[in-house]
Amino acid sequence: MFWIAWKMLIGNRAKYLGIVFGVVFAALLIAQQASIFCGLMSLTISQIYDTAGPDIWVMDENVQFVDDIKPLSDTELFRVKGVPGVDWAVRFYKGIARARLEEGTYEQMILLGLDDATLVGAPQQVFLGSIADLRRPDAVIIDDAGYKRIWPGEPFQLGRTFEMNDRRAVIVGVTKASRTFQSFPIIYTRYSQAVLFAPPERKVLSFVLADAQPGLDPEEVCRRIEERTGLQAVTQEQFTWKTIWYYLKKTGIPVNFGITVFLGFLVGTAIAGQTFYLFTVENIRQFGALKAMGTSNWMILFMVLSQAIQVGVVGYGVGVGMAALFGFWSRTATRLSFFMPWQVLAITGAAVFVIVLLASLLSVRKVLVVDPAIVFRGG
Amino acid sequence: MARLHVYDDRHADEMAVRVRGVTKEFGSGGSLTQALRGVDLDVPYGEMLMLVGPSGCGKTTLVSIVAGTLEPTDGEVQVLGHDLVAMSNGRKVRFRRDNVGFIFQAYNLLPALTAVENAAVPLLIAGWRRGHAVEVAADVLERLGLGDRLASLPSELSGGQQQRVAIARALVHEPRLLVCDEPTSALDAANGRITMELIQQVAVQPDRAVIVVTHDSRVYSFADRIAAMEDGRIESVGSGPHEPTPA
Repeated sequence: MFWIAWKMLIGNRAKYLGIVFGVVFAALLIAQQASIFCGLMSLTISQIYDTAGPDIWVMDENVQFVDDIKPLSDTELFRVKGVPGVDWAVRFYKGIARARLEEGTYEQMILLGLDDATLVGAPQQVFLGSIADLRRPDAVIIDDAGYKRIWPGEPFQLGRTFEMNDRRAVIVGVTKASRTFQSFPIIYTRYSQAVLFAPPERKVLSFVLADAQPGLDPEEVCRRIEERTGLQAVTQEQFTWKTIWYYLKKTGIPVNFGITVFLGFLVGTAIAGQTFYLFTVENIRQFGALKAMGTSNWMILFMVLSQAIQVGVVGYGVGVGMAALFGFWSRTATRLSFFMPWQVLAITGAAVFVIVLLASLLSVRKVLVVDPAIVFRGG
Repeated sequence: MARLHVYDDRHADEMAVRVRGVTKEFGSGGSLTQALRGVDLDVPYGEMLMLVGPSGCGKTTLVSIVAGTLEPTDGEVQVLGHDLVAMSNGRKVRFRRDNVGFIFQAYNLLPALTAVENAAVPLLIAGWRRGHAVEVAADVLERLGLGDRLASLPSELSGGQQQRVAIARALVHEPRLLVCDEPTSALDAANGRITMELIQQVAVQPDRAVIVVTHDSRVYSFADRIAAMEDGRIESVGSGPHEPTPA
């Protein structure tokens, strides 16, 4: 009987494609918008993950997210080092600097200052030059996307210079780095160099990066740091979620994306529901004939639901596939952020399931109440 | 008012259909309509009975009740030894599945299925494997002269061919009661005659009864008996091919 349901469904091509279109539209919009949203959220935390090495981030107690810099006094480093359970701790500068290029134009840049001795937090994918060259005077490493943004169409070239705070910076390496929310070029340099490139301030230490001693729980060490220094200490994971929650709560980003996703859900449900209903009404005599011939209401119910699920599976597959293709294209051809974790697929699947369920509800009712005697009432 | 009815002298066990005092009302209050006003009817096994009469006289309502697709308001309905009035809905569905074949005026073939797939539907409803059901349906269609159109969709068949597919579908599961609703009304004279000949040859069997609702006087000659209805009652009964006479 499910085979009959399937044949009935695909037998009317126009209606079938109409229902599938509704589901595809919803799945595509939900998956694509949710993936762009996830992509944007991943931009907000990219620098936390790109800063390799530390388990623990220590900062001013009022810092709310990774770009919310409230400088500390340099002496805080030593207080953190003195907390029992801290294996090591280093300085880390993060700020925005204005660079003057050779051409005389200006560019905003994200400036990251690494501990001079250890270079903790250094980029992991330097493909031109070397991290060790950061120890040379005025040396900086730039991310490839930033390089292309400053000098579009030009080949990567070491030794190029620009000025920050009237000080010369020399490019000694090019690295791959995750894109950031601000999408500015990223400049890595030593901490002592960074404070010279940055606008002068009384306090310049952005973060203290630390690690727990082997065998100790980083969260426990964070608690100790907070108790003894009055600073805020969080693990990398906690800092990630703290940043994400900030953007979720304090910006309109989730609402904007949520509205689009909801509209996709509504429009998809409306298109699929209306077309499915019309399909059912068009076939009502056939369903009546099946009932007259001895098909039970339960079987009819399963037939309609199986039609809905078949449409849902096809619509979901096509919709999510198109969203993935869009993501693949946008990653290579545009600077649109796109990240499709399995949760997006699961949420889209759940939404599609609800859509086809809602779409079939009216139809189910129509079919269940149809009188099998309808088939005796002429053509 | 005296009730007119079709009684048969034979023993109840020989009756495929026995209807007594059946009434059917639709609506309520001011909009109440009496479709059947106390109908008595017997149809023995091995007989083709035709129900004739003008539109709205109640013949379709009566045949719907006999087929178990409609509940009477009052009265007794015995079909193939089963009391349909006392039967639950679920049992009635199974009863129709196993015992009743339908031929509809509008054929009601599933447009997305081929001829042989349409003919196999009752077997699929009964839970047969698709391959086996299609094999059996193909045999029936070949007997009905449609062996070369097994894979045709209904839209590719003429009206007469579609009705033959409908006959195959009605007979494929070998039901003991065949209910035909205006089987020739959409066909020309020649195809109508062929259809009735097929029904007579294939469906009228000693262990089976056939009820045909029609107002096509050209096919009266195929009936063993003809019951004429008027205003929710059986007004007359006669033996085919003669004209009906008052009961």
